[in-house]
Amino acid sequence: MLRYTLTRFLSLCLSLAVASVVIFAAIEVLPGDPASIMLGVNAQPDTLAALRSELGLDQPMVARYFAWVTGLLQGDFGISYTYRTPVAQMIADRLAVSLPLALYALGLTVVIAFPVGIWAASRRGSLGDVSVMGLTQLGVAIPNFWFAMLMVLVFAINLQWFSAGGFAGWDAGLFAVLKSLTLPAVALALPQASILARVMRSALLDTLSEDFIRTARAKGLSRRQALWRHALRNALIPVLTIIGMQFSFLLAGGIIIENVFYLPGLGRLIFQAISARDLVVVESVVMLLVFAVILVNFLVELAYAAVDPRLRAR
Amino acid sequence: MSLAEETSATSMALKNRNLLLGGALTLVFLGAALISFLWVPYDVTQMDIANKIKGPSAAHWLGTDHYGRDILAMIMVGARTSIAVAVVAVGIGMLVGVPLGLWAAARRGSLLDEVIMRGNDLVFAFPSLVIAVMITAAFGPSATNAIIAIGIFNIPVFARITRSGALTLWSRDFILAARVAGKGAARISFEHILPNVLNLLIVQGTIQFSLGILAEAGLSYVGLGAQPPTPSWGRMLADSQTFISFAPHMALFPGLAILLTVLGLNLMGDGLRDIFDPKLRRGRT
Repeated sequence: MLRYTLTRFLSLCLSLAVASVVIFAAIEVLPGDPASIMLGVNAQPDTLAALRSELGLDQPMVARYFAWVTGLLQGDFGISYTYRTPVAQMIADRLAVSLPLALYALGLTVVIAFPVGIWAASRRGSLGDVSVMGLTQLGVAIPNFWFAMLMVLVFAINLQWFSAGGFAGWDAGLFAVLKSLTLPAVALALPQASILARVMRSALLDTLSEDFIRTARAKGLSRRQALWRHALRNALIPVLTIIGMQFSFLLAGGIIIENVFYLPGLGRLIFQAISARDLVVVESVVMLLVFAVILVNFLVELAYAAVDPRLRAR
Repeated sequence: MSLAEETSATSMALKNRNLLLGGALTLVFLGAALISFLWVPYDVTQMDIANKIKGPSAAHWLGTDHYGRDILAMIMVGARTSIAVAVVAVGIGMLVGVPLGLWAAARRGSLLDEVIMRGNDLVFAFPSLVIAVMITAAFGPSATNAIIAIGIFNIPVFARITRSGALTLWSRDFILAARVAGKGAARISFEHILPNVLNLLIVQGTIQFSLGILAEAGLSYVGLGAQPPTPSWGRMLADSQTFISFAPHMALFPGLAILLTVLGLNLMGDGLRDIFDPKLRRGRT
């Protein structure tokens, strides 16, 4: 297990190193000089040069890359070109919206998918199973930002149960936060819950056809008892893997939904930073999201290997 | 495929409800896109402010938008954008990914195989949407850049599926026979392996096609896809957002177009998989 962990950890570090080079290189080709954008078209050449030097833009690209990476490793993400505030602080503020949103969506995904998947598997082939699986097909195919707009129309504009957009802030209390985050979380969760319910159902059906379930049935357990006592626990392995991947997807995938609901999260930050050519913010937010995804995948792999020794041998 | 096998595949296809329904939905939108080259109910670049934001009527079956443009015509022309972006993105994925997968399988266990597969893992690890946003932001928002952004993420998908399909074939007798006959790895890959993994590629292609349509819609919704005046479904949804409280039809129809196209492709993918892989069919139903 230790060797496996070390290999996966090395692979994690390598992935992060390559990711940082790719992100830095991609952002560097963005057209427009941030210094001239900040100072406007009438800027004096010497003021421009002074600002370029202050931002470190006069340094060679390789030097800037290493300065950026060293900063990242020390938790110093640099200073935003447009807001003149530390990027780390801006990201922390935005994470206070994006992270709870992703966690809320993940919670809803599990709460919807588990009962649906288990119910469908226990009634395999019945009308209920077919209908539920049909609904999950719809859930997978629905563009979540469109679903979000329809929910705004029904639940925010017509029924006025939830906010149509904006974030009340944590100071406004949990109820206000839930009012702002529920619709975005449902919109994010629906396609993921549909996928997870389908995975849950097929994982359960696969497990139910295994020999140990036949043994359990031969022992006198009913189909339902065999499902709850034996099949479910074994079916959870692939399901947990998918949940891990979905979390990173929900965190990164929130960027469009945040735009539908005007939520001040990482997604909005990235779009604002792109239009303002605030390179250091774009680089840091993208790197952070990539880091989160790679880290979650790494943890999922470790958890998977811990419960399934066959994987370690590979 | 023998005549008997062909007949049984055709009868299976006709009995497969997923394939029939999915195929029909896909044909509707493909047909709409093709017809739009020859005929559209109204010119989509023509504004008609006197008739703006009108609900469905005999003159405008799906109503008009905030510039008075016909929504049905916009959806028909928008289908072209969505389909073109998704098809080319799948094409990029296949053109690069399939040879890489074949190559990796032919040199199984070598450094090359390792490099290709680790490279794939790396692309998989990136949150695709974030990177697509970054690419379109770096090179400017356009349909072409959306295609590249979506296409890049299709490469590892096709490389991986080709490699795994090819690996099982390399140990088969008919491949051994081809090797004994003196054929090189490249020739065997293209003459014998590729035709046998084609089924897998068609099924995966359908799925990636539907994901491409969703991705294109998402990117154009945030303004990073096809630019105005080219109509695109995602852009139509973004435009409709301001008017949703009093003109929900503006949001309803483009969204339904995306939903039904993606649903059609997904059902078709499921249906094709059932036909190509009878083992799976028995396991799932």
